[in-house]
Amino acid sequence: MPLSPEDVSRIAHLARLELSPAEGSAMQTQLNDFFKIVEQMSAVDTSGLEPLHTPLSAIGNVELRLRPDAVTETNNREANMANAPASDEGLFLVPKVIE
Amino acid sequence: MSAGLHTLGVAELGRALAAKTTSSVEATQALLARAKADTHGAFLVVDEDAALAAAKAADAKRESGDAHPLLGVPIAHKDIFVTQESATTAGSKMLEGYRSPFDATVVARLKAAGAVSLGKLNCDEFAMGSANENSAYGAVRNPWDATRVPGGSSGGSAAAVAAQLVPAATGTDTGGSIRQPASFTGVTGIKPTYGVCSRFGMIAFASSLDQAGPLARSAEDCALLLSAMSGFDERDATSVQKPPQDFHAQMLQARDGASAAQPLKGLRIGLPKEFFPAALAADVGGRVRAALAEMEKLGATLVDVSLPRTELSIPVYYIIAPAEASSNLSRFDGVRYGHRAAQYGDLMDMYKKSRSEAFGAEVKRRIMIGTYVLSHGYYDAYYLQAQKLRRMIADDFQACFKQCDLIAGPVAPTVAWKLGEQGDDPVKAYLADIFTLPGSLAGLPGMSVPAGLGEGGMPVGLQLLGNYFAEGTLLHAAHALQLATDFHLQRPQA
Repeated sequence: MPLSPEDVSRIAHLARLELSPAEGSAMQTQLNDFFKIVEQMSAVDTSGLEPLHTPLSAIGNVELRLRPDAVTETNNREANMANAPASDEGLFLVPKVIE
Repeated sequence: MSAGLHTLGVAELGRALAAKTTSSVEATQALLARAKADTHGAFLVVDEDAALAAAKAADAKRESGDAHPLLGVPIAHKDIFVTQESATTAGSKMLEGYRSPFDATVVARLKAAGAVSLGKLNCDEFAMGSANENSAYGAVRNPWDATRVPGGSSGGSAAAVAAQLVPAATGTDTGGSIRQPASFTGVTGIKPTYGVCSRFGMIAFASSLDQAGPLARSAEDCALLLSAMSGFDERDATSVQKPPQDFHAQMLQARDGASAAQPLKGLRIGLPKEFFPAALAADVGGRVRAALAEMEKLGATLVDVSLPRTELSIPVYYIIAPAEASSNLSRFDGVRYGHRAAQYGDLMDMYKKSRSEAFGAEVKRRIMIGTYVLSHGYYDAYYLQAQKLRRMIADDFQACFKQCDLIAGPVAPTVAWKLGEQGDDPVKAYLADIFTLPGSLAGLPGMSVPAGLGEGGMPVGLQLLGNYFAEGTLLHAAHALQLATDFHLQRPQA
């Protein structure tokens, strides 16, 4: 079923995007065009197959590596916050969240 | 010997530096002058002061006995790698002016080897694109024909190497972003097996697919860069735990039973019939077959194989990659770094306005696709089904590799197209990725090797794919082809 303008608005909200009416309508056309080429996927029987999350698990088990729980980084707060659009005394500033 | 330094590849320049017929400072100055005069839009930042300081340091190191093959060799980085010394944008307005507090592992390792970075290279926004027309800082033009695209997303890297602004550059490949621009600009590129190069400091697009690799003017030069770039990194959870590899030595390793005239004796090259469809452009098909005929003369045998889900790779990739992208790009919220809108109401409004102002159209499209296919009620039909198909595609390759050692075909269905030609039809661009996506989904190593010129005098690339960790076999085969032919020596008219 093709995506409606309401679907596009709902997805945009989930994606935290604000689309102008012109952008929204172009997006609707382009997404519906795209999902036409996706249809062929549903015709394939994949029952019993494990999803492939990471490529090397195609040839064997990929185990998640753990490291010792030790401090490896020094405190680099100023450098790490240097790109913040708004900050104060080591805190990121955002609009008021709780009334 | 300042004149002509730009024509030297990495290995040649390394030899000239070792023989002291030139210095890193001299080579760096010569290439900086070319980079600054470039009209293809390849460079986003030319970092003159840092480059000259690094070149001086490299010359001093050589005096004290350091002889790394990359010592003093000028290169440049795709602007998807974060660098401390210059700004990193990922081709996006979102990161305009962003300064990283650290270097990407790939950047740090090349620096440690003594390579001199001249600056940062243009790319599609967040590496999303196949033409380098999605950069917020302008399109890159193909040095072979300025009215055509250089391919993408590593379009700046490919154009810089083809235009002889640098002998080599870093790139990244998620669905073909090293191989396709290499093909479109007549340079050599390799995407190693997933996990061979660290993704630490490589701005994430689709984490289960993203891999770094070099673009250069020969397989030998790629081998030298890849050796320095790769290796285990504890800061990347998917980094492969292997000892450091010398890909140059692997490239030189003679095959059992090979001779000087038949260096590829015993090498079986599989040709998937799906890579040679009736609709394949005649010039591309012709050049690829001619290059394969040269490899046959060198002792290789050609075997018919099949990758039956080649066409399915397109929707599978364009579900999985956007799903991962929508998740990765959720970090851009206007709070910790990146663009924040000047005017906004509450927090939600700030998120939405900041993201909508700073992301380009293609990035928004992929975020929308990804958000949708991961959303409640659609996850199983799209994302999960795509991941199951991804396993089938990877299994198809393993079945092929029972019959052959390498797989070959075209990199792209056509030569580079004209700027703006794809207009407002993103699906058309997605379909053109058909031959690079299967290898990406499987996480296999792949190369683009120049195979001569097609329509309009534009370069055609031969794609070679290997099994997991078969970079040595790939580089050896490409090197043998390049010793016997001069496809890789063809240059655009200056």
